[in-house]
Amino acid sequence: MAEKKMVNLTIEGRPVSVVEGTTILEAAKTAGILIPHYCYHPGLPIAGVCRMCLVEVEKAPKLAPSCATTVAEGQVVRVYSEKSLDARKGVLEMLLINHPLDCPICDQSGECELQDYTYQEGREDSRYREPKRFNPAEDFGGDVIYVPNRCILCTRCVRFMDDVAHDPTLNVSERGDRALIGKFEGKDLTHPWAANVVDLCPVGALLSKDFLNKARAWELDRTASICPNCTQGCNVTMETRENQLVRMRPRPNENVNAFFMCDWGRLNYRWMNEKNRVEKPMVRAKNGLAASSWEAAISAAARALNGKKVFVAASPMLSNESLFLLTELMQGGSGAFRVTEGEEAPLPGVEDLALRRERAANVYGAEKLGFNKTKDLLGGLGQGDVLVIAGEDLAGIDASALARAGDVIVISSVLPEAAGKASVVLPIANYSEEEGTVTNLRGRVQRFTQAKQAPGETRPSWLVLGDLLGAMGKQTNFFLPSEVFAKLASSNTSFAGLSYDSLGFKGLPLVDAPPTHPKAPIAVAAR
Amino acid sequence: MGFPHHPHPRETTVLTKHFGEADARTLAGWKKRGGYKALEKALGMQPTDIVNVVKESGLRGRGGAGFPTGLKWSFMKPGDGKPHYLCCNADESEPGTFKDRELMRWTPHALVEGCAIGAYAIGAETAYVYIRGEFTEPLYWMEQAVKEAYAAGIIGKNAMGSGKRIDVHVHKGAGAYICGEETALMESLEGRRGNPRIKPPFPAVSGVFGMPTTINNVETLIAAAPILLNGADWYKKMSLSSPKSTGTKLYSVCGNVQRPGTYEVVMGFPFKEFLYDLCGGPLHGRKFKAVIPGGASVPIQNMEEAEATLMDYEGFVAGGSMLGSGGVIVIDDAQPMVTVIARLARFFAHESCGQCTQCREGTAWTTKILERIRDGEGTVEDLDTLLDIGEQMTGKTICVLSDSCAVPVISGIKKFRGEFEALIQGRRFHPVTAAVA
Amino acid sequence: MTPDLVGGVESPDYASHDRAAHEPYVAVFTGDVKRELDELLTRYPTKMAALLPALWIVQRERGWVSDEGMAEVAGFLDLTPAYVKGVVTFYTMYHQHPVGKYFIQVCTTSPCGICGAEDVVKAFLRHTNTGELGLTSPDGRYTVIEVECLGACGFATPVMINEEFIESVTPDRVPELLARLA
Repeated sequence: MAEKKMVNLTIEGRPVSVVEGTTILEAAKTAGILIPHYCYHPGLPIAGVCRMCLVEVEKAPKLAPSCATTVAEGQVVRVYSEKSLDARKGVLEMLLINHPLDCPICDQSGECELQDYTYQEGREDSRYREPKRFNPAEDFGGDVIYVPNRCILCTRCVRFMDDVAHDPTLNVSERGDRALIGKFEGKDLTHPWAANVVDLCPVGALLSKDFLNKARAWELDRTASICPNCTQGCNVTMETRENQLVRMRPRPNENVNAFFMCDWGRLNYRWMNEKNRVEKPMVRAKNGLAASSWEAAISAAARALNGKKVFVAASPMLSNESLFLLTELMQGGSGAFRVTEGEEAPLPGVEDLALRRERAANVYGAEKLGFNKTKDLLGGLGQGDVLVIAGEDLAGIDASALARAGDVIVISSVLPEAAGKASVVLPIANYSEEEGTVTNLRGRVQRFTQAKQAPGETRPSWLVLGDLLGAMGKQTNFFLPSEVFAKLASSNTSFAGLSYDSLGFKGLPLVDAPPTHPKAPIAVAAR
Repeated sequence: MGFPHHPHPRETTVLTKHFGEADARTLAGWKKRGGYKALEKALGMQPTDIVNVVKESGLRGRGGAGFPTGLKWSFMKPGDGKPHYLCCNADESEPGTFKDRELMRWTPHALVEGCAIGAYAIGAETAYVYIRGEFTEPLYWMEQAVKEAYAAGIIGKNAMGSGKRIDVHVHKGAGAYICGEETALMESLEGRRGNPRIKPPFPAVSGVFGMPTTINNVETLIAAAPILLNGADWYKKMSLSSPKSTGTKLYSVCGNVQRPGTYEVVMGFPFKEFLYDLCGGPLHGRKFKAVIPGGASVPIQNMEEAEATLMDYEGFVAGGSMLGSGGVIVIDDAQPMVTVIARLARFFAHESCGQCTQCREGTAWTTKILERIRDGEGTVEDLDTLLDIGEQMTGKTICVLSDSCAVPVISGIKKFRGEFEALIQGRRFHPVTAAVA
Repeated sequence: MTPDLVGGVESPDYASHDRAAHEPYVAVFTGDVKRELDELLTRYPTKMAALLPALWIVQRERGWVSDEGMAEVAGFLDLTPAYVKGVVTFYTMYHQHPVGKYFIQVCTTSPCGICGAEDVVKAFLRHTNTGELGLTSPDGRYTVIEVECLGACGFATPVMINEEFIESVTPDRVPELLARLA
């Protein structure tokens, strides 16, 4: 690749060196300066219409929109000069003249860029004395509601539907101060990626029906995670309120999902709030399964497994760490998993990004670790084998297949119906309650962290499996999932050289993963 | 010719010579008057030579900005392997301006000829004439002229037997002042909302359909033909003033004046004589109060300024305003300035495309305040607020519609503050409208 | 009596004359009209560029541009109806509602305003019995609106009645102009 030319400039007195063609706004970010902006978004074509990002460029006659002005050698940029601040104050006042001050009942409040920048740079009062513009709220279909009174016409949503989703279902209707976002009657926002417009909206004009009035932004706890709902592995933030997951939103990762996630993945989080959980370890007694201590349950399971041929029916939602420990448990046996399928739904504007057919986070990790992907989950279960059910719900599994098992051990967060035969049940945390890594369909290993607390006496799966292996006399001494991962990396060549530290929160590809191109910031030029 | 009145002897009729002659609208009639001789000559020249003649003549854009036409044409790089386009801006919508309308309805073939010359000079095979939808009569005549020119082989696959392809298409707008802004015109021509584009890239690099494009005003293109025929020197000599302003200029005069109409005078003509002599002065018993000399977007002149002005690009700037589109709006002492300005602001609010914040919100806000003052509900703070909004609307948006709205407001308050204050003070009581904000 | 088109007051209410809105939609682009569109497409390098002309054809054929009309145009030009609607609502000359048989536009921008355009508007409203700007007269014949600069300021007050452009209209000429339409 040809060497890219670097350009040197000064932003607010700080020297900055960026690749030729970078905008002032992006260059300022590298100097730790966030120039206030609304219409600009790194994942969308440049519009340059909100005029919020105006900055003073020395020797230029007019203020420059920093989102649409590329850097030049020797440029001197003043973000906080009197002129720049005055212009932005003016924009903020204009944006607010028709904006209702209904922050107390607005879902966006607390994460609203209009609020933030007004506190930061706006006037404390308004000189507007005329009636405000009013338009009724409208259901845009899908998960989206439009509140035109709050809209600042940044057109991010329109550009997303046009240029990223390639499905122009939104438009700017009317013109001048009558302008508003519109759609065609009968053509709803049903695109499988449409709900991204809610995240993109810098104010409370586009709202999620799912999240409507559920929580105030400042009540939420936010956790970096990976969407568990398909093999794409979109980076997400899991947001909880009082230990309940209430929202999942995309977290930017130029190698996986750019700035977006699909509606299906986004809205499919309720299973992680499942109330009907196994909360205590259980061991079979005379009258069926009975609660026991962890120590008793672990030793019962170890006794049942020791020296037996083991077959593991695992869930592809389990982390690499847990799946790895399960392979250690097999003692020459084997493991299999199955995966739910649905229709693939790509986001055409971003290379290699789709809601994937296979709807689980770690299909590729499971395969890499030697689990057999099959439709006949228990096909490999030999007569008399010990069956370990790990995270699988066994839904639709024929009881006669299960009958082949010599013994059954359940390691799960929800008790599968078919588990009546189990001799030991070890309750584990679900995906949102523990930490680990998953491997996406392009072989990228990514960390997810604990978003909420697990109920009862439930423990993280890697901890349970580590204890179980220890009880079986193996050399394990894991206090952290990173230690399990280190063991995995040292024993599986695909994972060689990776560690939690090196993965960070954007992940790294497996040693033998095919090369991929970074997809963001998407360099979509102004049309 | 001071159309629709008899020509005044002090006019210099080059482009307006055949106004009112119904026969000049037909191909035969136009040829009889020397039509298409310039095109014939042009097609025998090298495009660069045409550009040089136009450059030499000093012709500047007649749409409002006054950019040197030859220089603009020279930006179109020959042999870049891309299709070039010529757009003729016939979206004449600037309040006070109607010269292009007259040019198209009386001399449509002159425009077809001008388009063909311009297209050939910039290496374009296609010229689009974007005419505002309200101009039904000019549209009709332009369509007839294009049809006749095609039938006679003047334009088309083999224009005048030159082997060059020159297509001219008439494109009808649909009601949007902003489409007279060159990049908005291109957007509209492409079938989009008429939102002005961010520059750069400039049209000569990436214009309509993403290709190198030149946009010229009707009057500019029509002026190219006599320049080619008579030479650059002939054109340059038609100036009483600055060497930077050459040739004749059409002015459309309207408002409170004896003889409104379209006038053609040489650059540097004294504005005072123009108003009182050519246009016949004020209506009976009235006095001129103010003039907006270049269409609604330029600063208002008081009579002191206007009467000292020489009519050219530099002269109007020296007189506190701009030549603009040559739309002279004359306002007499019977007109309340606040009403005039409020109505102008409302025009801009109606026509704002709504992209940029300051323009979308500022034009409407300005209008509301001005109408409140007009209706006797103004407050003393309103004037400062108006000036400040005007400041916020100036030089900060993608195009200059926002600035254009601020211009009459700021110049109006500065020059006629007394009228605003009188309305404000005349109020009986001051109901404090609770700030909704 | 002057509707404030600025400031979010809704655009004129045409609903009083909505009979046409309930009639079943008949496709516009068939036969000769389709051929006209095909010819238009040869003028531009993109299909989208034919959007404004195509909408003009719909309005010529149907008197206004309905949602169905927009959808039909969208289909021919490979656009989405939402996109077409965004364009239609930008321009003021496409009627998004049925209008009177005679659509009367009176210029009232400042240059005409200072020459008495307001009185011309009043005269039209009185003589057409439409009562209010933007409304259609009970007999469905007239709709009167104020329009921004028609570009004939020297001929104040210019008025457009459908496609006909009439110069120098004064209030006392209004009855005669209307009589001519009958």
